[in-house]
Amino acid sequence: MGATVVEKIFSSRCGRTVRAGEVVMAPVDGAMIHDITGPLAIRNFFQMGGTRVFDPRKVIMLFDHQVPADSITAAENQAFMRTFAGDQGIHNYDIREGICHQVVMEKGLAAPGEIIVGADSHTCMYGAAGAFATGIGSTDMGFVLKFGALYFRVPESIRAEVTGRFARRVGPKDLILSIAHDIGADGATYQAIEFVGETMEGMGMEGRMTCCNMAIEMGAKAGIVPPDRITYAYLEGRRAVRPVDLSPDPDARYADRRTYDVTDLGPRVAVPHNVDLAVPVEDVAGIRIDQVFIGSCTNGRFEDLAEAAEVLADNRFSDGVRVIIIPASRDEYLKALRSGLIERFVSAGALVEAPCCGPCMGGAFGLLGPGEVSLSTSNRNFRGRQGSTEAKVYLCSPATAAASAMYGEITDPREV
Amino acid sequence: MRVWKFSNNIDTDAIIPGRYLIHNDPCVLARHAFEGTRNEFAGQVREGDVIVAGRNFGCGSSREHAPLALTGAGIRIIIARSFARIFYRNAVNVGILPLVCEQADEIPDGSEITVDIEGSSVETGGKWYPVEPVPGFMQDIISAGGLVAYARDLEEIETCTGSQR
Repeated sequence: MGATVVEKIFSSRCGRTVRAGEVVMAPVDGAMIHDITGPLAIRNFFQMGGTRVFDPRKVIMLFDHQVPADSITAAENQAFMRTFAGDQGIHNYDIREGICHQVVMEKGLAAPGEIIVGADSHTCMYGAAGAFATGIGSTDMGFVLKFGALYFRVPESIRAEVTGRFARRVGPKDLILSIAHDIGADGATYQAIEFVGETMEGMGMEGRMTCCNMAIEMGAKAGIVPPDRITYAYLEGRRAVRPVDLSPDPDARYADRRTYDVTDLGPRVAVPHNVDLAVPVEDVAGIRIDQVFIGSCTNGRFEDLAEAAEVLADNRFSDGVRVIIIPASRDEYLKALRSGLIERFVSAGALVEAPCCGPCMGGAFGLLGPGEVSLSTSNRNFRGRQGSTEAKVYLCSPATAAASAMYGEITDPREV
Repeated sequence: MRVWKFSNNIDTDAIIPGRYLIHNDPCVLARHAFEGTRNEFAGQVREGDVIVAGRNFGCGSSREHAPLALTGAGIRIIIARSFARIFYRNAVNVGILPLVCEQADEIPDGSEITVDIEGSSVETGGKWYPVEPVPGFMQDIISAGGLVAYARDLEEIETCTGSQR
């Protein structure tokens, strides 16, 4: 019987055939901690009797949730982690580079066939690099820091085959919102989602990241795109890797096989307060919005900003809307800066912030008051996610966000 | 043991809002548990109370502050129709027992509940409901008193590629 992508990765790392459902203590190739979950993980490491981390070169540390420190407690947490990094010889990207997941990808810290864990649920994004990557809690991370391994139940996979060409101003975010609607907020719990098919093969890394990033919104342990020439082209110059064939076998056993044709797919908006409540933009067009956020690990890359700018063209954002734009990383910021996007956004009335999680963190800045409505390119619209529990968050693509920000209400980007 | 009943898809932002994640002390976090979602919880919850919920309890962020806030509030057992994966592991790791109960929806808010862990069942209002025991590989961690206690005694571990450390 053939193997899924995930079974191939675990089999390769364990040196024997491993099947879904098995529980293995597997070595990890990378472990990411940030300013929110890192302090707890480090304390757990010490409480477990840890003295030296398993391999400082494999520990990835940076701060992105509350940067620059927005409170004395946040400053203390970051100082605590800086000291730990210094003591352990861990390279700390500190507040310089941007959102953890984007930084892991662009520094080449996730590669095909690797097993990566991160103390953040959106760690599943590195599946775009062909890695098995999953989010874990701080106690599990303490264990990883000590031993360099973690027990995993090798997940079954859902095969999501995507075909067709996207229509104008429709893209990967609309696709993943519609997949979330189809699979449901817990439809992939304990499972991995393997994204395959001609649409995925033609999709750039930024779109694959958007899709894998949101696998967790269906409860999935991981999202993954089998590595191909696009993956290896992305890694070139970032990291020297030996190509591996992780294509799923035709006779692999899947928990479910779903097919999606994007040909007739239109823009999707997830309405409050769950990600799987995705509807066609037409159903919610005209709803007044107070704030638009374009950014996050899901949609804060240069291509996302360019998508927003293409819709914006030479127009201005509505004066009735607070528009917050945050590039996902320093590299993405520089690309946007050099291509003139930042100037265009600022001229149009947006606030452009330095790379960080921004309003998606729901605790740093850009919070919503009671009764306010936000439209966001991020990944979660849970009640209270961006501030007041009496506020509403809608999720959408950068194109829909830009169109809506121009008119002060949810707007179909195809009609702009 | 009083039941605190919650619906489907209770996310970790609801359990502990993002603005309190700068704290790591379970007792401090407990003061803000379910703030904005169920404001009376933090003030009225008592040691040993039980949370009962629908599907997908603990979805969203991997923040371990969520189960920690609940331990600070005195919660030792959560019964749900299903759990989000990361929360489930985190709960076990910090010493909360997550029990899957297909009929959790039938258990009313505010009721008194008795949990028979060895018998894998819970009782409320004279009615018994079966619960699924935690998977075998997690029993060792629970028996040790959580992952920290489990790992403290280990010098090295056996991985699928050989011993490590």
